[in-house]
Amino acid sequence: MNIVVTVKQVPDTWAEKKLDAADKTVDRKSVDNVMNEMDEYGVEEALKIKEAHGGEVTVVTMGPAKAVETIRKALSMGADKAVHLTDDSLHGSDALATSAALAKVISTLSPDIVITSSEASDARGGVIGALLAERLGLPQLTQARKVTVDPGASKVTIERLADNGYALVEASLPVVVGVVEKINQPRYPSFKGIMAAKKKPLTTLSAADAGLDGAAVGLAGAASAVVTSESAPPRSSGTIVKDEGDGGTKVAEFLAAQKLI
Amino acid sequence: MAEVLVLVEHADGEPKKVTAELLTLARTLGEPSAVFLGAPGTYAKAKEYLAQYGAAKVYVAESDDIASYIGGPVAEVLAKLVAEASPVAVLVAATADSREVAARVAAKTESGLIWDATALSADLVATQGIFGGSTIVTSKVTKGVPVVVVRPNSTAPEAAPSTPAEQIVDVVISEAAKGAKIVDRVVEAKSGRPDLTEAQVVVSGGRGLGAAEHFTLVEKLADTLGAAVGASRAATDAGWYPHQNQVGQTGKTVSPQLYIAVGISGAIQHRAGMQTSKTIVAVNKDPEAPIFEFADYGLVGDLFNVVPQLTEAIEKRKAG
Repeated sequence: MNIVVTVKQVPDTWAEKKLDAADKTVDRKSVDNVMNEMDEYGVEEALKIKEAHGGEVTVVTMGPAKAVETIRKALSMGADKAVHLTDDSLHGSDALATSAALAKVISTLSPDIVITSSEASDARGGVIGALLAERLGLPQLTQARKVTVDPGASKVTIERLADNGYALVEASLPVVVGVVEKINQPRYPSFKGIMAAKKKPLTTLSAADAGLDGAAVGLAGAASAVVTSESAPPRSSGTIVKDEGDGGTKVAEFLAAQKLI
Repeated sequence: MAEVLVLVEHADGEPKKVTAELLTLARTLGEPSAVFLGAPGTYAKAKEYLAQYGAAKVYVAESDDIASYIGGPVAEVLAKLVAEASPVAVLVAATADSREVAARVAAKTESGLIWDATALSADLVATQGIFGGSTIVTSKVTKGVPVVVVRPNSTAPEAAPSTPAEQIVDVVISEAAKGAKIVDRVVEAKSGRPDLTEAQVVVSGGRGLGAAEHFTLVEKLADTLGAAVGASRAATDAGWYPHQNQVGQTGKTVSPQLYIAVGISGAIQHRAGMQTSKTIVAVNKDPEAPIFEFADYGLVGDLFNVVPQLTEAIEKRKAG
Protein backbone atom coordinates (compact mmCIF):
# COMPACT_ATOMS: atom_id res chain seq x y z
CA MET A 1 0.00 0.00 0.00
CA ASN A 2 1.56 3.27 -1.11
CA ILE A 3 0.23 5.87 1.31
CA VAL A 4 0.68 9.64 1.10
CA VAL A 5 -0.28 11.81 4.05
CA THR A 6 -0.42 15.59 3.92
CA VAL A 7 0.60 17.70 6.89
CA LYS A 8 0.71 21.42 7.55
CA GLN A 9 2.69 23.52 9.96
CA VAL A 10 0.46 26.03 11.73
CA PRO A 11 0.67 28.52 14.58
CA ASP A 12 0.29 26.75 17.91
CA THR A 13 -3.37 26.03 18.67
CA TRP A 14 -3.13 27.74 22.01
CA ALA A 15 -1.47 30.89 20.67
CA GLU A 16 -3.39 34.10 19.96
CA LYS A 17 -3.21 34.16 16.17
CA LYS A 18 -3.12 37.22 13.96
CA LEU A 19 -2.58 38.33 10.39
CA ASP A 20 0.64 39.90 9.17
CA ALA A 21 0.02 43.66 8.96
CA ALA A 22 1.76 44.01 5.59
CA ASP A 23 0.38 41.23 3.40
CA LYS A 24 -2.59 39.95 5.44
CA THR A 25 -1.35 36.37 5.50
CA VAL A 26 -1.22 34.31 8.69
CA ASP A 27 1.53 35.65 10.92
CA ARG A 28 3.89 32.70 11.47
CA LYS A 29 6.79 34.71 12.83
CA SER A 30 5.48 35.90 16.16
CA VAL A 31 4.22 32.52 17.37
CA ASP A 32 5.42 28.97 17.94
CA ASN A 33 4.67 26.78 14.95
CA VAL A 34 3.63 23.16 15.29
CA MET A 35 2.18 20.34 13.22
CA ASN A 36 -1.53 21.02 12.73
CA GLU A 37 -3.03 18.97 15.52
CA MET A 38 -5.62 17.36 13.25
CA ASP A 39 -2.83 16.13 10.96
CA GLU A 40 -1.52 13.92 13.75
CA TYR A 41 -4.68 11.84 13.27
CA GLY A 42 -3.95 11.60 9.56
CA VAL A 43 -0.36 10.47 10.15
CA GLU A 44 -1.53 7.95 12.75
CA GLU A 45 -4.14 6.52 10.37
CA ALA A 46 -1.54 6.23 7.61
CA LEU A 47 0.77 4.35 9.97
CA LYS A 48 -2.04 2.05 11.10
CA ILE A 49 -2.91 1.16 7.51
CA LYS A 50 0.75 0.49 6.76
CA GLU A 51 1.08 -1.68 9.85
CA ALA A 52 -1.99 -3.70 8.89
CA HIS A 53 -1.33 -4.09 5.19
CA GLY A 54 2.33 -3.25 4.58
CA GLY A 55 3.66 -0.54 2.32
CA GLU A 56 5.20 2.85 2.72
CA VAL A 57 4.09 6.19 4.15
CA THR A 58 5.24 9.39 2.43
CA VAL A 59 4.65 12.73 4.14
CA VAL A 60 3.95 15.69 1.87
CA THR A 61 3.88 19.28 3.00
CA MET A 62 3.94 22.70 1.43
CA GLY A 63 5.31 25.50 3.54
CA PRO A 64 8.29 27.65 4.45
CA ALA A 65 11.71 26.18 5.27
CA LYS A 66 10.70 25.98 8.94
CA ALA A 67 7.96 23.48 8.08
CA VAL A 68 10.68 20.84 7.96
CA GLU A 69 10.12 20.60 11.75
CA THR A 70 6.63 19.29 11.08
CA ILE A 71 8.00 16.81 8.55
CA ARG A 72 10.49 15.61 11.19
CA LYS A 73 7.67 15.05 13.62
CA ALA A 74 5.74 12.90 11.12
CA LEU A 75 8.90 10.96 10.30
CA SER A 76 9.64 10.44 13.98
CA MET A 77 6.10 9.10 14.46
CA GLY A 78 7.01 6.46 11.88
CA ALA A 79 6.48 7.76 8.34
CA ASP A 80 9.11 6.48 5.89
CA LYS A 81 10.01 9.47 3.76
CA ALA A 82 8.94 13.00 2.96
CA VAL A 83 8.54 15.58 0.25
CA HIS A 84 8.76 19.26 1.17
CA LEU A 85 7.45 21.71 -1.40
CA THR A 86 8.93 25.05 -0.45
CA ASP A 87 9.40 28.25 -2.39
CA ASP A 88 9.03 31.94 -1.60
CA SER A 89 6.65 32.22 -4.54
CA LEU A 90 4.19 29.87 -2.75
CA HIS A 91 3.74 32.26 0.19
CA GLY A 92 0.13 33.41 0.40
CA SER A 93 -1.35 30.58 -1.69
CA ASP A 94 -5.06 30.06 -1.04
CA ALA A 95 -6.69 26.66 -0.61
CA LEU A 96 -7.34 26.34 -4.34
CA ALA A 97 -3.73 27.05 -5.32
CA THR A 98 -2.40 24.93 -2.44
CA SER A 99 -4.52 21.96 -3.49
CA ALA A 100 -3.36 22.29 -7.10
CA ALA A 101 0.29 22.41 -6.02
CA LEU A 102 -0.06 19.48 -3.62
CA ALA A 103 -1.95 17.45 -6.23
CA LYS A 104 0.86 18.01 -8.71
CA VAL A 105 3.43 16.68 -6.24
CA ILE A 106 1.23 13.82 -5.00
CA SER A 107 0.43 12.57 -8.50
CA THR A 108 4.15 11.95 -9.12
CA LEU A 109 4.14 9.58 -6.11
CA SER A 110 1.37 7.34 -7.58
CA PRO A 111 -0.32 6.70 -4.22
CA ASP A 112 -2.99 4.10 -3.45
CA ILE A 113 -4.31 6.20 -0.58
CA VAL A 114 -3.93 9.93 0.05
CA ILE A 115 -4.77 10.90 3.63
CA THR A 116 -5.60 14.40 4.84
CA SER A 117 -7.17 15.65 8.03
CA SER A 118 -10.47 17.39 8.44
CA GLU A 119 -9.07 20.90 8.81
CA ALA A 120 -6.10 23.03 9.75
CA SER A 121 -6.47 25.06 12.91
CA ASP A 122 -5.29 28.31 11.30
CA ALA A 123 -7.51 28.60 8.21
CA ARG A 124 -10.26 26.18 9.23
CA GLY A 125 -11.46 25.71 5.65
CA GLY A 126 -12.04 22.00 5.92
CA VAL A 127 -11.86 21.69 2.14
CA ILE A 128 -8.43 20.28 1.30
CA GLY A 129 -9.63 16.65 1.12
CA ALA A 130 -12.44 17.53 -1.28
CA LEU A 131 -10.07 19.69 -3.33
CA LEU A 132 -7.40 16.98 -3.58
CA ALA A 133 -10.09 14.49 -4.69
CA GLU A 134 -11.21 16.99 -7.32
CA ARG A 135 -7.68 17.81 -8.53
CA LEU A 136 -6.50 14.19 -8.57
CA GLY A 137 -9.76 12.85 -10.01
CA LEU A 138 -10.05 10.35 -7.13
CA PRO A 139 -13.01 9.31 -4.95
CA GLN A 140 -13.61 11.65 -2.00
CA LEU A 141 -13.76 9.69 1.26
CA THR A 142 -13.75 12.65 3.63
CA GLN A 143 -15.12 13.20 7.17
CA ALA A 144 -14.06 9.65 8.00
CA ARG A 145 -14.29 8.51 11.58
CA LYS A 146 -13.39 4.94 10.63
CA VAL A 147 -11.40 3.62 7.68
CA THR A 148 -11.34 -0.01 6.56
CA VAL A 149 -8.96 -1.02 3.79
CA ASP A 150 -9.52 -4.25 1.87
CA PRO A 151 -6.42 -4.66 -0.32
CA GLY A 152 -7.71 -7.96 -1.78
CA ALA A 153 -10.81 -6.28 -3.19
CA SER A 154 -8.85 -3.07 -3.82
CA LYS A 155 -11.51 -1.25 -1.81
CA VAL A 156 -11.74 1.28 1.01
CA THR A 157 -14.82 1.75 3.19
CA ILE A 158 -15.31 4.63 5.60
CA GLU A 159 -17.84 5.78 8.15
CA ARG A 160 -18.51 9.37 7.11
CA LEU A 161 -19.67 11.57 9.96
CA ALA A 162 -23.25 12.87 9.53
CA ASP A 163 -25.36 15.01 11.84
CA ASN A 164 -27.38 12.11 13.25
CA GLY A 165 -24.94 9.29 12.73
CA TYR A 166 -22.85 8.26 9.75
CA ALA A 167 -22.91 7.22 6.13
CA LEU A 168 -21.11 4.08 5.04
CA VAL A 169 -19.19 5.05 1.92
CA GLU A 170 -17.02 2.85 -0.27
CA ALA A 171 -14.67 3.38 -3.17
CA SER A 172 -12.08 1.54 -5.19
CA LEU A 173 -8.38 2.38 -4.81
CA PRO A 174 -6.80 4.84 -5.34
CA VAL A 175 -8.72 7.20 -3.05
CA VAL A 176 -8.45 10.39 -1.02
CA VAL A 177 -9.34 9.87 2.63
CA GLY A 178 -10.03 12.75 5.03
CA VAL A 179 -10.01 11.79 8.70
CA VAL A 180 -11.66 13.50 11.65
CA GLU A 181 -10.24 13.66 15.17
CA LYS A 182 -11.29 10.77 17.40
CA ILE A 183 -10.62 8.27 14.60
CA ASN A 184 -7.58 7.14 16.56
CA GLN A 185 -5.14 8.14 19.27
CA PRO A 186 -2.03 9.59 17.63
CA ARG A 187 1.18 8.09 18.97
CA TYR A 188 3.98 10.12 20.49
CA PRO A 189 7.32 9.93 18.70
CA SER A 190 9.64 7.56 20.58
CA PHE A 191 13.28 8.42 21.23
CA LYS A 192 14.22 5.74 18.72
CA GLY A 193 11.77 7.25 16.25
CA ILE A 194 13.24 10.71 16.69
CA MET A 195 16.76 9.40 16.07
CA ALA A 196 15.66 7.36 13.04
CA ALA A 197 13.81 10.34 11.53
CA LYS A 198 17.08 12.18 11.02
CA LYS A 199 18.23 9.55 8.52
CA LYS A 200 14.97 9.20 6.57
CA PRO A 201 14.86 10.44 2.97
CA LEU A 202 13.60 14.00 2.54
CA THR A 203 13.12 15.51 -0.90
CA THR A 204 12.92 19.28 -1.11
CA LEU A 205 11.22 20.71 -4.18
CA SER A 206 11.03 24.28 -5.41
CA ALA A 207 7.98 25.47 -7.34
CA ALA A 208 9.98 25.05 -10.54
CA ASP A 209 11.10 21.52 -9.53
CA ALA A 210 7.46 20.61 -9.06
CA GLY A 211 6.56 22.08 -12.44
CA LEU A 212 4.27 24.74 -10.99
CA ASP A 213 3.28 27.83 -12.90
CA GLY A 214 4.53 30.79 -10.85
CA ALA A 215 1.56 32.96 -11.82
CA ALA A 216 -0.94 30.41 -10.47
CA VAL A 217 0.44 30.19 -6.94
CA GLY A 218 1.19 32.45 -4.00
CA LEU A 219 -0.46 35.77 -3.29
CA ALA A 220 -0.30 36.66 -6.99
CA GLY A 221 -2.24 33.56 -7.98
CA ALA A 222 -4.81 33.70 -5.20
CA ALA A 223 -8.44 33.80 -6.31
CA SER A 224 -9.50 35.97 -3.41
CA ALA A 225 -7.94 38.82 -1.49
CA VAL A 226 -8.27 40.23 1.98
CA VAL A 227 -9.53 43.82 1.80
CA THR A 228 -9.40 44.82 5.46
CA SER A 229 -8.63 43.15 8.76
CA GLU A 230 -9.06 44.28 12.32
CA SER A 231 -9.22 42.80 15.78
CA ALA A 232 -12.73 42.01 16.89
CA PRO A 233 -13.84 44.22 19.78
CA PRO A 234 -13.04 42.15 22.86
CA ARG A 235 -16.01 40.64 24.65
CA SER A 236 -16.08 42.01 28.13
CA SER A 237 -17.36 40.03 31.04
CA GLY A 238 -20.81 40.87 32.31
CA THR A 239 -22.40 40.09 35.62
CA ILE A 240 -20.73 37.39 37.68
CA VAL A 241 -22.79 36.06 40.57
CA LYS A 242 -21.90 33.52 43.25
CA ASP A 243 -24.55 30.89 43.89
CA GLU A 244 -26.24 31.41 47.23
CA GLY A 245 -28.69 28.59 46.72
CA ASP A 246 -30.90 30.51 44.30
CA GLY A 247 -28.45 30.57 41.37
CA GLY A 248 -30.76 28.78 38.94
CA THR A 249 -33.58 31.20 39.67
CA LYS A 250 -31.22 34.14 39.20
CA VAL A 251 -30.13 32.87 35.79
CA ALA A 252 -33.81 32.51 34.83
CA GLU A 253 -34.42 36.10 35.94
CA PHE A 254 -31.52 37.28 33.80
CA LEU A 255 -32.86 35.37 30.78
CA ALA A 256 -36.34 36.82 31.33
CA ALA A 257 -34.95 40.36 31.64
CA GLN A 258 -33.13 39.85 28.32
CA LYS A 259 -36.40 38.55 26.83
CA LEU A 260 -34.68 35.27 26.04
CA ILE A 261 -37.40 33.23 27.75
CA MET B 1 -30.89 41.54 -12.90
CA ALA B 2 -28.16 38.95 -12.75
CA GLU B 3 -28.76 35.62 -11.10
CA VAL B 4 -27.44 34.55 -7.72
CA LEU B 5 -27.32 30.79 -7.34
CA VAL B 6 -28.34 29.42 -3.94
CA LEU B 7 -27.64 25.75 -3.23
CA VAL B 8 -30.71 24.49 -1.35
CA GLU B 9 -29.77 22.84 1.93
CA HIS B 10 -32.28 20.12 2.72
CA ALA B 11 -32.81 16.74 4.32
CA ASP B 12 -34.68 14.44 1.90
CA GLY B 13 -36.38 17.50 0.46
CA GLU B 14 -37.24 19.23 3.76
CA PRO B 15 -35.46 22.60 3.46
CA LYS B 16 -33.20 23.72 6.29
CA LYS B 17 -33.67 27.19 7.73
CA VAL B 18 -30.33 28.31 6.33
CA THR B 19 -31.86 28.02 2.84
CA ALA B 20 -34.27 30.85 3.71
CA GLU B 21 -31.32 32.84 5.06
CA LEU B 22 -29.36 32.34 1.83
CA LEU B 23 -32.33 33.31 -0.34
CA THR B 24 -32.86 36.44 1.78
CA LEU B 25 -29.18 37.33 1.37
CA ALA B 26 -29.28 36.54 -2.36
CA ARG B 27 -32.12 39.04 -2.86
CA THR B 28 -29.75 41.83 -1.81
CA LEU B 29 -27.24 40.80 -4.51
CA GLY B 30 -29.40 40.05 -7.52
CA GLU B 31 -32.11 37.67 -8.61
CA PRO B 32 -32.13 34.55 -6.43
CA SER B 33 -32.12 31.23 -8.26
CA ALA B 34 -32.48 28.24 -5.98
CA VAL B 35 -30.62 25.11 -7.05
CA PHE B 36 -32.36 22.02 -5.75
CA LEU B 37 -30.38 18.80 -6.00
CA GLY B 38 -31.84 15.65 -4.54
CA ALA B 39 -33.21 12.17 -4.97
CA PRO B 40 -36.26 11.72 -7.25
CA GLY B 41 -39.49 12.97 -5.65
CA THR B 42 -37.84 15.15 -3.00
CA TYR B 43 -38.31 18.56 -4.65
CA ALA B 44 -42.05 18.54 -3.98
CA LYS B 45 -41.32 19.00 -0.27
CA ALA B 46 -39.18 22.10 -0.88
CA LYS B 47 -41.19 23.81 -3.60
CA GLU B 48 -43.47 25.93 -1.45
CA TYR B 49 -40.70 26.97 0.91
CA LEU B 50 -38.47 28.22 -1.91
CA ALA B 51 -41.34 30.28 -3.31
CA GLN B 52 -42.10 31.71 0.13
CA TYR B 53 -38.55 33.02 0.48
CA GLY B 54 -38.44 34.67 -2.89
CA ALA B 55 -36.71 32.34 -5.32
CA ALA B 56 -37.21 33.87 -8.78
CA LYS B 57 -36.17 30.64 -10.42
CA VAL B 58 -35.58 27.09 -9.27
CA TYR B 59 -33.23 24.70 -11.02
CA VAL B 60 -34.53 21.24 -10.19
CA ALA B 61 -32.12 18.34 -10.53
CA GLU B 62 -33.49 15.08 -9.20
CA SER B 63 -31.56 11.88 -9.65
CA ASP B 64 -30.58 8.81 -7.66
CA ASP B 65 -26.99 9.58 -8.60
CA ILE B 66 -27.14 12.84 -6.66
CA ALA B 67 -28.03 11.21 -3.36
CA SER B 68 -25.83 8.14 -3.79
CA TYR B 69 -22.31 9.53 -3.98
CA ILE B 70 -20.16 11.87 -1.92
CA GLY B 71 -18.98 15.14 -3.39
CA GLY B 72 -18.76 14.57 -7.10
CA PRO B 73 -22.29 14.65 -8.53
CA VAL B 74 -23.58 17.75 -6.71
CA ALA B 75 -20.40 19.67 -7.55
CA GLU B 76 -20.62 18.60 -11.17
CA VAL B 77 -24.24 19.74 -11.63
CA LEU B 78 -23.69 23.00 -9.76
CA ALA B 79 -20.51 23.80 -11.72
CA LYS B 80 -22.38 23.20 -14.98
CA LEU B 81 -25.13 25.62 -13.89
CA VAL B 82 -22.49 28.20 -12.94
CA ALA B 83 -20.98 27.92 -16.42
CA GLU B 84 -24.39 28.24 -18.10
CA ALA B 85 -26.01 30.94 -15.96
CA SER B 86 -22.90 33.09 -15.28
CA PRO B 87 -24.32 34.18 -11.91
CA VAL B 88 -22.89 37.09 -9.91
CA ALA B 89 -22.27 34.70 -7.02
CA VAL B 90 -22.96 31.21 -5.71
CA LEU B 91 -24.11 30.93 -2.10
CA VAL B 92 -23.92 27.69 -0.13
CA ALA B 93 -24.41 26.94 3.55
CA ALA B 94 -21.45 26.30 5.82
CA THR B 95 -22.29 22.65 6.45
CA ALA B 96 -19.78 19.80 6.22
CA ASP B 97 -21.22 18.51 2.94
CA SER B 98 -21.85 21.81 1.21
CA ARG B 99 -18.51 23.46 1.99
CA GLU B 100 -16.82 20.51 0.27
CA VAL B 101 -19.14 20.91 -2.71
CA ALA B 102 -18.40 24.65 -2.82
CA ALA B 103 -14.66 24.00 -2.91
CA ARG B 104 -15.01 21.57 -5.79
CA VAL B 105 -17.25 23.99 -7.71
CA ALA B 106 -14.68 26.77 -7.24
CA ALA B 107 -11.93 24.46 -8.53
CA LYS B 108 -14.01 23.32 -11.51
CA THR B 109 -14.99 26.85 -12.52
CA GLU B 110 -11.59 28.43 -11.67
CA SER B 111 -13.31 30.74 -9.25
CA GLY B 112 -12.45 32.15 -5.88
CA LEU B 113 -13.80 30.61 -2.69
CA ILE B 114 -14.66 32.34 0.57
CA TRP B 115 -15.74 30.28 3.55
CA ASP B 116 -17.61 31.04 6.73
CA ALA B 117 -18.84 34.45 5.63
CA THR B 118 -21.16 36.13 8.11
CA ALA B 119 -22.11 38.97 5.77
CA LEU B 120 -21.87 39.74 2.08
CA SER B 121 -22.31 43.28 0.75
CA ALA B 122 -23.99 44.23 -2.51
CA ASP B 123 -20.54 44.68 -4.07
CA LEU B 124 -19.66 41.13 -2.94
CA VAL B 125 -17.28 41.97 -0.14
CA ALA B 126 -17.55 39.19 2.42
CA THR B 127 -17.06 39.53 6.16
CA GLN B 128 -15.47 36.68 8.07
CA GLY B 129 -14.46 36.20 11.66
CA ILE B 130 -11.19 34.29 11.59
CA PHE B 131 -9.04 32.75 14.33
CA GLY B 132 -12.15 31.83 16.24
CA GLY B 133 -13.70 35.23 15.73
CA SER B 134 -10.83 37.23 17.24
CA THR B 135 -10.03 38.93 13.92
CA ILE B 136 -12.58 40.30 11.48
CA VAL B 137 -11.57 40.38 7.85
CA THR B 138 -13.35 41.52 4.74
CA SER B 139 -12.37 39.84 1.51
CA LYS B 140 -13.28 39.71 -2.10
CA VAL B 141 -13.07 37.07 -4.79
CA THR B 142 -10.79 38.22 -7.60
CA LYS B 143 -11.28 35.40 -10.12
CA GLY B 144 -14.30 33.82 -11.73
CA VAL B 145 -17.67 33.65 -9.99
CA PRO B 146 -17.47 34.20 -6.23
CA VAL B 147 -18.36 30.96 -4.43
CA VAL B 148 -19.31 32.01 -0.92
CA VAL B 149 -19.88 29.60 1.95
CA VAL B 150 -22.18 31.38 4.41
CA ARG B 151 -22.56 30.58 8.10
CA PRO B 152 -26.04 29.66 9.33
CA ASN B 153 -27.64 32.32 11.57
CA SER B 154 -25.90 35.15 9.70
CA THR B 155 -28.97 36.63 7.99
CA ALA B 156 -32.46 36.95 9.44
CA PRO B 157 -34.74 35.12 6.98
CA GLU B 158 -37.51 37.28 5.52
CA ALA B 159 -40.36 35.87 3.50
CA ALA B 160 -40.99 37.41 0.04
CA PRO B 161 -43.54 35.22 -1.71
CA SER B 162 -42.84 34.64 -5.38
CA THR B 163 -43.87 32.33 -8.18
CA PRO B 164 -40.57 30.89 -9.28
CA ALA B 165 -39.97 29.65 -12.79
CA GLU B 166 -38.93 26.02 -12.64
CA GLN B 167 -36.21 24.71 -14.85
CA ILE B 168 -35.70 20.95 -14.88
CA VAL B 169 -32.04 20.11 -15.16
CA ASP B 170 -31.08 17.10 -17.18
CA VAL B 171 -28.76 15.22 -14.85
CA VAL B 172 -25.91 13.36 -16.48
CA ILE B 173 -23.18 12.48 -14.01
CA SER B 174 -19.74 11.41 -15.24
CA GLU B 175 -18.36 8.08 -14.06
CA ALA B 176 -15.43 9.93 -12.48
CA ALA B 177 -17.80 11.77 -10.13
CA LYS B 178 -19.33 8.51 -8.95
CA GLY B 179 -16.28 7.21 -7.11
CA ALA B 180 -17.41 7.42 -3.49
CA LYS B 181 -20.63 5.43 -3.19
CA ILE B 182 -22.91 5.71 -0.18
CA VAL B 183 -23.90 2.14 0.64
CA ASP B 184 -25.80 2.82 3.86
CA ARG B 185 -26.92 5.65 6.12
CA VAL B 186 -27.02 4.87 9.82
CA VAL B 187 -28.96 7.02 12.28
CA GLU B 188 -27.43 6.74 15.74
CA ALA B 189 -29.08 9.56 17.62
CA LYS B 190 -32.39 11.02 16.58
CA SER B 191 -32.97 13.75 19.12
CA GLY B 192 -35.73 15.84 17.60
CA ARG B 193 -33.72 18.89 18.67
CA PRO B 194 -32.75 21.63 16.22
CA ASP B 195 -29.50 21.43 14.26
CA LEU B 196 -26.61 22.71 16.32
CA THR B 197 -25.45 25.32 13.81
CA GLU B 198 -28.98 26.56 13.06
CA ALA B 199 -30.35 26.67 16.60
CA GLN B 200 -31.32 29.98 18.22
CA VAL B 201 -30.40 28.58 21.62
CA VAL B 202 -27.57 26.15 22.42
CA VAL B 203 -26.90 24.52 25.77
CA SER B 204 -23.48 22.86 26.01
CA GLY B 205 -21.91 20.63 28.62
CA GLY B 206 -18.28 20.10 29.49
CA ARG B 207 -15.83 18.44 31.81
CA GLY B 208 -17.70 19.68 34.88
CA LEU B 209 -20.51 17.23 34.20
CA GLY B 210 -18.17 14.45 35.25
CA ALA B 211 -19.97 11.57 33.49
CA ALA B 212 -21.96 10.75 30.37
CA GLU B 213 -25.20 10.21 32.28
CA HIS B 214 -25.07 13.77 33.67
CA PHE B 215 -25.66 15.10 30.16
CA THR B 216 -29.35 14.47 30.85
CA LEU B 217 -29.20 17.66 32.97
CA VAL B 218 -28.03 19.57 29.89
CA GLU B 219 -30.60 17.87 27.66
CA LYS B 220 -33.48 18.67 30.02
CA LEU B 221 -32.49 22.32 30.17
CA ALA B 222 -32.09 22.37 26.38
CA ASP B 223 -35.54 20.88 25.89
CA THR B 224 -37.26 23.50 28.04
CA LEU B 225 -35.65 26.12 25.79
CA GLY B 226 -36.15 24.32 22.47
CA ALA B 227 -32.37 24.34 22.23
CA ALA B 228 -29.71 22.23 20.57
CA VAL B 229 -27.20 20.40 22.74
CA GLY B 230 -23.48 20.99 22.37
CA ALA B 231 -20.43 19.58 24.09
CA SER B 232 -16.89 20.70 24.74
CA ARG B 233 -13.99 18.73 23.32
CA ALA B 234 -13.18 17.41 26.79
CA ALA B 235 -16.67 15.90 26.96
CA THR B 236 -16.57 14.33 23.50
CA ASP B 237 -12.99 13.08 24.02
CA ALA B 238 -14.23 11.36 27.16
CA GLY B 239 -16.98 9.73 25.09
CA TRP B 240 -19.76 11.39 27.10
CA TYR B 241 -21.45 12.89 24.06
CA PRO B 242 -21.25 12.35 20.27
CA HIS B 243 -18.49 13.99 18.30
CA GLN B 244 -21.10 15.56 16.00
CA ASN B 245 -22.15 17.82 18.88
CA GLN B 246 -18.70 19.19 19.58
CA VAL B 247 -18.47 22.98 19.66
CA GLY B 248 -15.08 24.63 19.31
CA GLN B 249 -11.96 25.03 17.27
CA THR B 250 -11.99 21.46 15.97
CA GLY B 251 -15.76 21.09 16.07
CA LYS B 252 -18.71 23.17 15.01
CA THR B 253 -18.95 26.94 15.14
CA VAL B 254 -22.23 28.25 16.49
CA SER B 255 -23.63 31.73 16.72
CA PRO B 256 -27.01 31.49 18.47
CA GLN B 257 -29.00 34.20 20.25
CA LEU B 258 -28.30 32.45 23.55
CA TYR B 259 -25.46 30.11 24.50
CA ILE B 260 -25.45 28.43 27.89
CA ALA B 261 -22.16 26.78 28.89
CA VAL B 262 -22.50 24.25 31.67
CA GLY B 263 -19.33 23.05 33.36
CA ILE B 264 -17.11 24.38 30.57
CA SER B 265 -13.95 26.29 31.47
CA GLY B 266 -13.94 28.27 28.20
CA ALA B 267 -10.38 27.74 27.02
CA ILE B 268 -9.49 28.99 23.53
CA GLN B 269 -10.40 25.62 21.95
CA HIS B 270 -14.03 26.06 23.02
CA ARG B 271 -14.20 29.84 22.82
CA ALA B 272 -13.28 29.75 19.11
CA GLY B 273 -16.52 27.93 18.35
CA MET B 274 -19.02 30.03 20.27
CA GLN B 275 -17.75 33.50 21.11
CA THR B 276 -19.88 35.20 18.46
CA SER B 277 -23.05 34.06 20.25
CA LYS B 278 -25.28 37.03 21.07
CA THR B 279 -25.66 36.30 24.77
CA ILE B 280 -23.44 33.91 26.72
CA VAL B 281 -24.41 32.45 30.08
CA ALA B 282 -21.95 30.28 32.01
CA VAL B 283 -22.32 28.03 35.01
CA ASN B 284 -19.06 26.83 36.52
CA LYS B 285 -17.87 26.12 40.04
CA ASP B 286 -14.40 27.59 39.39
CA PRO B 287 -14.48 31.40 39.75
CA GLU B 288 -11.17 31.54 37.83
CA ALA B 289 -12.58 29.76 34.75
CA PRO B 290 -11.74 31.77 31.60
CA ILE B 291 -15.36 31.60 30.47
CA PHE B 292 -16.26 34.21 33.10
CA GLU B 293 -14.00 36.68 31.28
CA PHE B 294 -16.40 36.85 28.36
CA ALA B 295 -19.76 35.58 29.59
CA ASP B 296 -22.61 38.10 29.78
CA TYR B 297 -23.92 36.36 32.85
CA GLY B 298 -21.79 34.03 34.91
CA LEU B 299 -22.90 31.95 37.81
CA VAL B 300 -20.20 30.58 40.08
CA GLY B 301 -21.71 27.50 41.62
CA ASP B 302 -22.36 23.79 41.54
CA LEU B 303 -24.06 22.95 38.25
CA PHE B 304 -25.80 19.99 39.87
CA ASN B 305 -27.79 22.47 41.99
CA VAL B 306 -28.01 25.35 39.55
CA VAL B 307 -29.05 23.59 36.34
CA PRO B 308 -32.08 21.65 37.68
CA GLN B 309 -33.24 24.81 39.45
CA LEU B 310 -32.86 26.82 36.26
CA THR B 311 -34.77 24.19 34.27
CA GLU B 312 -37.57 24.26 36.82
CA ALA B 313 -37.67 28.06 36.91
CA ILE B 314 -38.00 28.22 33.11
CA GLU B 315 -40.75 25.60 33.13
CA LYS B 316 -42.63 27.58 35.79
CA ARG B 317 -42.39 30.78 33.75
CA LYS B 318 -43.64 28.96 30.67
CA ALA B 319 -46.57 27.49 32.63
CA GLY B 320 -47.35 30.80 34.32
